[in-house]
Amino acid sequence: MPTRTVLVGSASGLHARPAALFVAEAAKQPVLVTIRTGDKKPVPARSMLGVLSLGAKKGTEVTLEADGDGAQAAVDTLADLLERDLDAVDA
Amino acid sequence: MRELRGIGASPGGAAGPVYRLAPPPALPPSAETVDPAAEKAAVREAVLVVAADLTRRADTALDATAAEVLRAQVMMAQDETLIDAADIAIDGGADAPHALTDVLAGHRAAFEAAGGYLAERVSDLDDLRDRLVAACLGQPMPGVPDPGHPYLLIASDLAPADTAGLEPDLVLGLVTAEGGPTSHTAILARTLGIPAVVRCAGILDVADGALASLDGASGVVVAGVSAETVRTVNADRLAEIERRARSQGPGRTRDSHPVALLANIGSARDLTGEVEGVGLFRTELLYLDRSDPPSHEEQVAAYRDVFAALPGRKVVVRTLDAGADKPLPFLRLADEPNPALGVRGLRVARQTPTVLTTQLAAISVAAAATDADVWVMAPMVATAAEAAAFTESCREYGLPTAGVMIEVPAAALRAGQVLRHVDFLSVGTNDLSQYTFAADRMCGDLADLLDPWQPALIALLATCAAAGVEAGKPVGVCGESAADPDFALVLAGLGITSLSMAPRSIPAVRESLAAHTLDECRQIAEAALAAPSPEAARAAVAVLRSSSGWATGAPDEDIRIRG
Repeated sequence: MPTRTVLVGSASGLHARPAALFVAEAAKQPVLVTIRTGDKKPVPARSMLGVLSLGAKKGTEVTLEADGDGAQAAVDTLADLLERDLDAVDA
Repeated sequence: MRELRGIGASPGGAAGPVYRLAPPPALPPSAETVDPAAEKAAVREAVLVVAADLTRRADTALDATAAEVLRAQVMMAQDETLIDAADIAIDGGADAPHALTDVLAGHRAAFEAAGGYLAERVSDLDDLRDRLVAACLGQPMPGVPDPGHPYLLIASDLAPADTAGLEPDLVLGLVTAEGGPTSHTAILARTLGIPAVVRCAGILDVADGALASLDGASGVVVAGVSAETVRTVNADRLAEIERRARSQGPGRTRDSHPVALLANIGSARDLTGEVEGVGLFRTELLYLDRSDPPSHEEQVAAYRDVFAALPGRKVVVRTLDAGADKPLPFLRLADEPNPALGVRGLRVARQTPTVLTTQLAAISVAAAATDADVWVMAPMVATAAEAAAFTESCREYGLPTAGVMIEVPAAALRAGQVLRHVDFLSVGTNDLSQYTFAADRMCGDLADLLDPWQPALIALLATCAAAGVEAGKPVGVCGESAADPDFALVLAGLGITSLSMAPRSIPAVRESLAAHTLDECRQIAEAALAAPSPEAARAAVAVLRSSSGWATGAPDEDIRIRG
């Protein structure tokens, strides 16, 4: 099952705008991608409440996982997004 | 037409349709028998209604940050996991409002556990819960109404949380049934320059959408006025605002005694329009919500942004004001049972001196790169020895003007001794009130004790101002009280040399000062100091102030030179 572990790159962490951008991108993927921190229970990447509740800050290690057709591409797209500083992206 | 009487809390006239602030819905007792299919449908319907309402508000929000918060709430409302979890709760016997409340309570706990930024967003979750529950129960949306056009906001009373997102361009005026001239509503209205009447019995009987007018000076509210009256009242108000907006130039009394009118800012973005200078540059923004302290380079860039915008003008930088009540993860401060009285402000440097020295070094580099007149001050100083140590640190980093904030009564009582070691004082009246009256700033029930017109607070201000006059050093005030046009006269009369406030409040204070001589301000200050209570102090000043002609609102020609 495609899996990637990356560090959150956004200055404000996975909150506010970075979280909104991430969740919106996750909703566009053809497969269900999950996200977790450490060994905690994974949450759907397209769940705003779930993603916020991770409490991931800049530099927090998060793991993405997905299964099925297009899973690798979906995980890669979202992992790349997480590594960027989404606070610096123009609205 | 029906005339209602209240207490004038913020001067000015306003008129328009009234809309009420609906209270949060009360969760009814759990239903005994539940039709799961109907409750699940109710959850979906509530999500649709709330998401549509929040989306509309986001689309019309004038403030980009407010719009972002609203869009995030829409995403939370539409979260599939919310509906899934609610369905499970309903299968377990809950009705729709209880199911939604329980599910959101779980996320609330996770937010609180995460701390920092997320803990502060708990109020967004609570607001979402209230909206969903209200939608389930068929009640009006709680919170500040958003009819999509300017209106008069009416309420039983307003709590700080209700008014955080208040849009001054849409809220023409405020009328509350309860509260008093020192309540949060009144303070907020004066700060935002919104006319307000408090303690107006009967206002809640006026129907949403009905036209009404209010006079924030006399406290008279008239319900059922004509559209013509609404136009006239608002045209007069607009003319007054435009006249104030044209007022420019440095603050001074009618006889040209200077009282600098400075801005309170958190970043360069808060600098709107022309200001004499900045009296309080809060540096906390840079530190919030991060696991490591900001680097030297990052700090230099942020400070330079502000300094570069104010060539030749004064900028007073307050060093980091953090503590257990405003926690920063990298400081690793221990949990304190009483954070307001714990290790905060300058006291942090006792354990972690590098945070302060890094900041002073960055301020120094940024100051050297620009032409701003950079002053630096420390928060939460209690003794002359602490003040001396801070000045010494500033000098080591080549910062020529070092001062301290007076927020602790101990420092106010010994203002003269403190001033021997520093170049200036800045009185933070909000915290000085909190510590003088042993009354938590966040405690609404104690609002009367936190009134800046309390004679004990004025006495401490007088001590600080007198020490400044004797030492020939500036003593300014930053805090709620400086933005009150009447209290500004008291402060000028006491010998305070600068007033720092939200930029929006400056024109009214400028106008007030320009209408009085320094001698009149001194009489006003004496009357306030001699009064036995805040009410008596206000009343005494109102009498003196109207006898000198300010009540007519005629501005001095001198302050309109750029009009």
